[in-house]
Amino acid sequence: MAAPALLELTRLEVAYGGIHAVKGIDLIVRQGELVCLIGANGAGKTTTLKGITGLQPVKAGKIVYDGADVTGKPAFQLVRKGLSMVPEGRGVFGALTIEENLAMGAYSRRDRVAIKQDIERVFGLFPRLKERRKQTAGTLSGGEQQMLAMARAIMSRPKLLLLDEPSMGLAPLMVQKVFETILTIAAEGVTILLIEQNAKLALEVSHRGYVMESGTITLSGDARQLLSDPKVREAYLGEAV
Amino acid sequence: METFLQQIINGLTLGSVYALVALGYTMVYGIIGLINFAHGEVVMIGAMVALSVITGLLGSHASLPAVVIILAGLFVAILVCVAIAYSMEKIAYRPLRSAPRLAPLITAIGMSIVLQNVALMVWGRNYRTFPTLITPTPHIIFGAAMTDLQMLIVVLAALLMGGLVLIVQRTRLGIAMRATAQNPQVAGLMGIDINVIISAAFVIGAALAAVAGLMVMAYYGIAHYYMGFLLGLKAFTAAVLGGIGNLAGAMLGGLLLGIIEALGAGYIGDVSNVCGLSSLSDALQQKCADNDGQVSLFGSNYQDVFAFFVLILVLIFRPSGLLGERVADRA
Ligand SMILES: Nc1ncnc2c1ncn2[C@@H]1O[C@H](COP(=O)(O)OP(=O)(O)OP(=O)(O)O)[C@@H](O)[C@H]1O
Ligand SMILES: [Mg+2]
Repeated sequence: MAAPALLELTRLEVAYGGIHAVKGIDLIVRQGELVCLIGANGAGKTTTLKGITGLQPVKAGKIVYDGADVTGKPAFQLVRKGLSMVPEGRGVFGALTIEENLAMGAYSRRDRVAIKQDIERVFGLFPRLKERRKQTAGTLSGGEQQMLAMARAIMSRPKLLLLDEPSMGLAPLMVQKVFETILTIAAEGVTILLIEQNAKLALEVSHRGYVMESGTITLSGDARQLLSDPKVREAYLGEAV
Repeated sequence: METFLQQIINGLTLGSVYALVALGYTMVYGIIGLINFAHGEVVMIGAMVALSVITGLLGSHASLPAVVIILAGLFVAILVCVAIAYSMEKIAYRPLRSAPRLAPLITAIGMSIVLQNVALMVWGRNYRTFPTLITPTPHIIFGAAMTDLQMLIVVLAALLMGGLVLIVQRTRLGIAMRATAQNPQVAGLMGIDINVIISAAFVIGAALAAVAGLMVMAYYGIAHYYMGFLLGLKAFTAAVLGGIGNLAGAMLGGLLLGIIEALGAGYIGDVSNVCGLSSLSDALQQKCADNDGQVSLFGSNYQDVFAFFVLILVLIFRPSGLLGERVADRA
């Protein structure tokens, strides 16, 4: 029996002026799932997330989150409802310290004591950040910044976490660490929509996957099945079939 | 040496006022990249409102202690300035947030003209004098005089700036302001309503402007509907000098500009004195003899020129200002 949907996109269209980047996609993420959205550069993955979080106006279609229509709602209101996003390129506040970045992650919360506990908890998860807590985030390495971006996102205690290419530009060891972290967060009950270029790793950790090509969803289904799908293997896993 | 110290004291006083006003420019610029040219007029409105309330109270409740009357004037001035700045942002600037840079800039100039004309209608075109509530008693420090009014201005400005630094560095609002200044989109993803943050920047700037307005008015003893123009331009210069968008820069720039101006005004007469020159015409030699050897090309009334001289130099040699890192690439 399938869990209820936490996020549901219906014929979602997002455009930049005349450029139609997302051309009417349907996508569903159920409670407790880890779903990935893969696709080549420029497929429209980031734009999809921008549409969900109100960073780019939705042209047509509908976004339902946690039972409510949130189409066009600004990001800051969604965070208060438990929808958090780690943007492409991490988006840490470079001039703020690590602690301040984490405090901003918890901006939508008012429970000071619990926030303090959560900071300690993420420091447990990311000891590197704890050592550098008073340092400005701009001084961190790319991998550390990604850790901080994820730590910051979970500070809001999200129900749904949107991750946009968390492994981008990272060395293999760090990519490994990022995916371990994603699994840790998922294991704590956070529903995740993961966008990745690294299709193999993404499909290996996900329950289900969607494949996006120039603004439309061309394939979707069980992650293991997608992994063995000849079309996916050829186009995204770099294997000759 | 005495002149030097005296001019430093005078410069510090005026510089404190510039710094308070410059903070308003720099906070708004830091967050939305707008040079709010109407900010000088907010200072003027603050001075005018405070003046009206103070003279009004002196007429009706003359028995009240001077401190109470001044505080009442300040309080009302802050309320009015905050209300004006808040509405100005909401009505005039917010709709233009995603418009090309020039649009809000021109709107800001328009707002400054509107406010000037409102002041002209309400208070008339004459200079208004500030009633002498406090008779400035000079205290002698190393041969130079510092009045208690000057001390009050410097100390109060320092306290306010310290308070602002605490807010920006330590509080949730302050951290959110810095986060928004850095990346408004990501700030939104944190749950920060950036409209609230932008309003806060305008409101804090306006409150400081009101205090500064009362300060200059008390210092010079007069207020005028046009006073915000020059003061605003100088404070803007101070903000650019320190590095616009940078809070510490605005404070440093304000104090430095005040001191540069005062020193300039104090020495320009001597520097441009022609009597020391060798080949003077007979008429000039006569004039020197009549004026105790002091005939200057430029008098201290050239004081206002220094600010703009500084502005030009900064724009040529260090456009990012003393403490600014990034070169200003916004209008
Ligand atoms: N700000 C923008 N203005 C105009 N067009 C844009 C803008 N951002 C993206 N696009 C276009 O929209 C399309 C989709 O871009 P998007 O960033 O969503 O792709 P993506 O799938 O996230 O790619 P990548 O894997 O490289 O991040 C591309 O053709 C891109 O050129
Ligand atoms: Mg992308």
